[in-house]
Amino acid sequence: MTTTVRRKGEKQPYAYLMPFLGFFALLLIWDVLARFSGWSREVFPGPVVVLVSMGELLADGTLVRHTVASLFRVTVGFYLAAALGIPVGIALGMMKATRSLINPLIQFLRPISPLAWIPLAMLWFGIGDPPAIFLIFLSSFFPLVVSTTIAVDGINPTYFHVAANFNFSRTEIITRLVIPAIIPEVVTALRMTVTISWLVVVAAEMIAVQSGLGFLILDSRNALRMDYVMDGMIAIGLVGLTLDYLMRQLGDLESASWRKMTH
Amino acid sequence: MGRITIEKLNKTYANRRKDPRSDDDPLLRQGDRVVVLFDIDLNIMDGEMVCFLGPSGCGKSTLLRIIAGFEAPSDGRVQINGKPVRGPSADHIFVFQHSGLFPWMTVAENVGLGLRHLKNRRDRQEHVSEFIEMVELDGFEQHYPRQLSGGMQRRAELARALAVNPDIMIMDEPFSGLDFLTHMKMREEVVNMHAFIQKTILLVTHNIDDALIMGDRIVILGGSPTRVIMDRTLDFPRPRDFEKSPELSLLRSELFLMMGVNYAV
Ligand SMILES: Nc1ncnc2c1ncn2[C@@H]1O[C@H](COP(=O)(O)OP(=O)(O)OP(=O)(O)O)[C@@H](O)[C@H]1O
Ligand SMILES: [Mg+2]
Repeated sequence: MTTTVRRKGEKQPYAYLMPFLGFFALLLIWDVLARFSGWSREVFPGPVVVLVSMGELLADGTLVRHTVASLFRVTVGFYLAAALGIPVGIALGMMKATRSLINPLIQFLRPISPLAWIPLAMLWFGIGDPPAIFLIFLSSFFPLVVSTTIAVDGINPTYFHVAANFNFSRTEIITRLVIPAIIPEVVTALRMTVTISWLVVVAAEMIAVQSGLGFLILDSRNALRMDYVMDGMIAIGLVGLTLDYLMRQLGDLESASWRKMTH
Repeated sequence: MGRITIEKLNKTYANRRKDPRSDDDPLLRQGDRVVVLFDIDLNIMDGEMVCFLGPSGCGKSTLLRIIAGFEAPSDGRVQINGKPVRGPSADHIFVFQHSGLFPWMTVAENVGLGLRHLKNRRDRQEHVSEFIEMVELDGFEQHYPRQLSGGMQRRAELARALAVNPDIMIMDEPFSGLDFLTHMKMREEVVNMHAFIQKTILLVTHNIDDALIMGDRIVILGGSPTRVIMDRTLDFPRPRDFEKSPELSLLRSELFLMMGVNYAV
């Protein structure tokens, strides 16, 4: 909830220029640092060099191919995690009895970094997409289960009384009460987990996979092409920015924003 | 039909105090339980409007929740039309003390909750608008509860309850938090509605005047543990006005005195 008097969607003139100003300042500082660091352009390339080599990578399709490979893994792993994690969270939230059985297990598994699973993932799934997808699944699944359970648990008990009063069936309780009530929290959780998945995919690709932006970075390092390493980093940042933007759009849907609504 | 029989109803809650509230009154403390309602007997006729009064925390909401089936009595029986209450049902709709509207549904969707059995969409929409008009919320059908004022939310909830056409309506302080004029209008609305549909209405209020103007009967809960300390049928004609009816004004002073206020103004 904002305290400003300005109406929603109404911005100061030129406000849309502000983000670009930030990027411009970053480029400037980078350029100055690269010029005066005394390091060679092989060790610390400046923005011009990096942008030129990005042109090369775009022209021969390498960058696009690796970005698509990473995005594919994130998408599959993330959808799998959402498709399983949210229902499990709802079930746990509604069955108070089984919760005390499963909750400690989940809280035990949750702090184990997905990266710690890499050796097992490689052993079980070999090399390629499956181990990476498995790791992304793990990194999103537990946070989603936990956030969904907490969200269901936080639903005002009065609403369940109202549902019982209006003779809601079991299905109606889930579709017309629980799901709409938790959508705002679940969308927030999805936003956070998509960022985590994106972090994890890059790390996984450095070890278990022969494609993707993580692989591009590692491969370029082996070839001592720091400009390509930085291109990979820039691509990661841009995709992350886009994913977050898409998730925010999800949060602005009418069904997700009833909590924010006031006069 | 909405006949309610309450026999020897007791309700206890787990005691959260370590030391006894009072050593001389063993009833208050039964081991680690606190007695909230003690030996309540009530017989409520079909179509009666009963107003419950009593000090804060005496168990009025608890009694209504038990009748509505949200909670089970610790002892005794509650029957509706001769059948024991087994749980909440659309036959007895509860209007909550704090808003029970679903915040993720529009006013129209909330009011439509009680009309889900109507399969025809046109039919359902017509009924929904009818009840929304009844509480003068037309134009706000597509608003979400948070976009309404407190009084409008109350009216929407009343419309939702009315739309179900329940045998019994249970209202826990339906007018609390309303401004004076809305309070008066809603009170009039409920009285008219009761005269019109003749359903059983149980209503908790802190306002003695509400009870005198509206009730066919006034039940006062009080004491510790809480019992029925007064049960009076009012057969004054409506509309009621205690300035014109000396009997009513006498009863009003009596009630104020009973509730611990010496000079009713
Ligand atoms: N779930 C519960 N567990 C333990 N004690 C409870 C519970 N619910 C209510 N009580 C106790 O029962 C008593 C009666 O509560 P209740 O809400 O029925 O009062 P009330 O008459 O409706 O009060 P008010 O007029 O302030 O709404 C209170 O002393 C309260 O502490
Ligand atoms: Mg109460």
